[in-house]
Amino acid sequence: MFPADLKYTKDHEWLKPAGDGTALVGITQYAQDALGDVVFVDLPEVGAAFAAGEEFGTVESVKTVSELNMPAAGEVLEVNAALAEHPEAVNEDPYGKGWMVKVKLTGDLAGLLDAKAYEALVSAESH
Amino acid sequence: MSTPVSDLMKTPLNAAHRALNAKMVDFGGWDMPVQYPGGIIAEHEAVRTRAGLFDVSHMGEIRVKGPGALALVEHLTPNAVANLAIGQVHYTAFLYENGTFVDDLLVYREGEQEFLLVVNAGNSDKDFAWVQQHAPAYDCTVVNESPATGQIALQGPLSLSILQPLTKTALAPIGYYFFTHGEVAGIKCLISRTGYTGEDGFELYCAAGDTEPLWNAVLEAGRPLSLAPAGLGCRNTLRLECKMALYGHEIDDSIHALEAGLGWIVKLDKGDFIGRAALLAAKAAPAPRKLVGFKTLEKRDIARDHMPVVQDGKQIGFVTSAAPSPTCGINLGLAYVPTELAKVGGRIQIEIRSRAVDAEIIPTPFYKRAK
Repeated sequence: MFPADLKYTKDHEWLKPAGDGTALVGITQYAQDALGDVVFVDLPEVGAAFAAGEEFGTVESVKTVSELNMPAAGEVLEVNAALAEHPEAVNEDPYGKGWMVKVKLTGDLAGLLDAKAYEALVSAESH
Repeated sequence: MSTPVSDLMKTPLNAAHRALNAKMVDFGGWDMPVQYPGGIIAEHEAVRTRAGLFDVSHMGEIRVKGPGALALVEHLTPNAVANLAIGQVHYTAFLYENGTFVDDLLVYREGEQEFLLVVNAGNSDKDFAWVQQHAPAYDCTVVNESPATGQIALQGPLSLSILQPLTKTALAPIGYYFFTHGEVAGIKCLISRTGYTGEDGFELYCAAGDTEPLWNAVLEAGRPLSLAPAGLGCRNTLRLECKMALYGHEIDDSIHALEAGLGWIVKLDKGDFIGRAALLAAKAAPAPRKLVGFKTLEKRDIARDHMPVVQDGKQIGFVTSAAPSPTCGINLGLAYVPTELAKVGGRIQIEIRSRAVDAEIIPTPFYKRAK
């Protein structure tokens, strides 16, 4: 539920550094569960640059919509085009096939939570 | 701030929902299941194609009984209560003098001088006070039976097949919007062929303490036919596709019955009732706004409840309810717009997160079951 190789935001996004200055970004298991059935993911253009915490898209479920905020400063290298046809991948595999964007990191990862800190945050929100 | 779970009201099925791993939400002060692990789309689909079982025990029940009961209910509601046969139900409303809504409700005629009024959970206390306030002029008793009453709704095309083996009462002869009393799984129930999903189905009222055994018996009986427990999430998408009003959305204390498209429950010739004078005047003058159905034109444009309808940067109306429609596969909504724009095929714009997006007015209901 909280993979140790990911970094997390308090808004329930995850970031997975590849070690080569790039990273994948998505939303967490907790976030997809809170949203329910995802029906659309609105993603940015390749090449767009975002500051840490900046909104880069939205995820729509049957009952609600949620903003997607960039965990760290970066430039979009690739978006997960498969989500256009299969948005349910966000529910089924939030840390795998449900990834949203691949970014080239342009800043540091300061302020992100590790798995343990994120788990504590989720635990506090659920009770 | 959300209300702590411990302070929320609970139906008799609270533990059953938790045992089914439902996701619980605060719904108007009630701790209710929004969905079970299958999810809203699967539950919606189950109701449209097979059957779903809902806990609606949070609804309020008010019993009015006595020689003055008919006259009181006629005074409080715009539909023609005298036309109801014993064993018949109709949809109606409590209106204020200005024709706007206190609430919408069902009236069950239990006897010549006895009526059961079924009201929305969130308005239950307000409604009971409203009935009590007007009752002293009439020779009748008014009892709030809500805490003592449980209710479950079995909805979907297989409802009759699932329920019939549990009761000796012949269900097929019960017409749509009629009811009877009988035993289901050995439990005394009011068996009502009504619902809020646009499908065939039955709403079962029972003593609060009998709700859990009744729920379990129906779920068990439906298992071979893939009956699914269904939450408030799909209840909303199901009713939206059928353009059934929801208090606080299509109707409230600022919207009158005619502009809500509910002229069919307003019988101006039945005699006096609260709100009649205002609605008579409203009927004479064309309503400045009207409730319409729309679809947004792009897949990414998903309108939501309460978003503005805009024209040239100015707000001209508002969305009452909107969601992606699981049955129709498009993004639907209902909105109040100026009457001159309320034409099927016409274009309006909805403001979604500061962006004005195109929508087309389309016929309603969006979904109608095959007869």
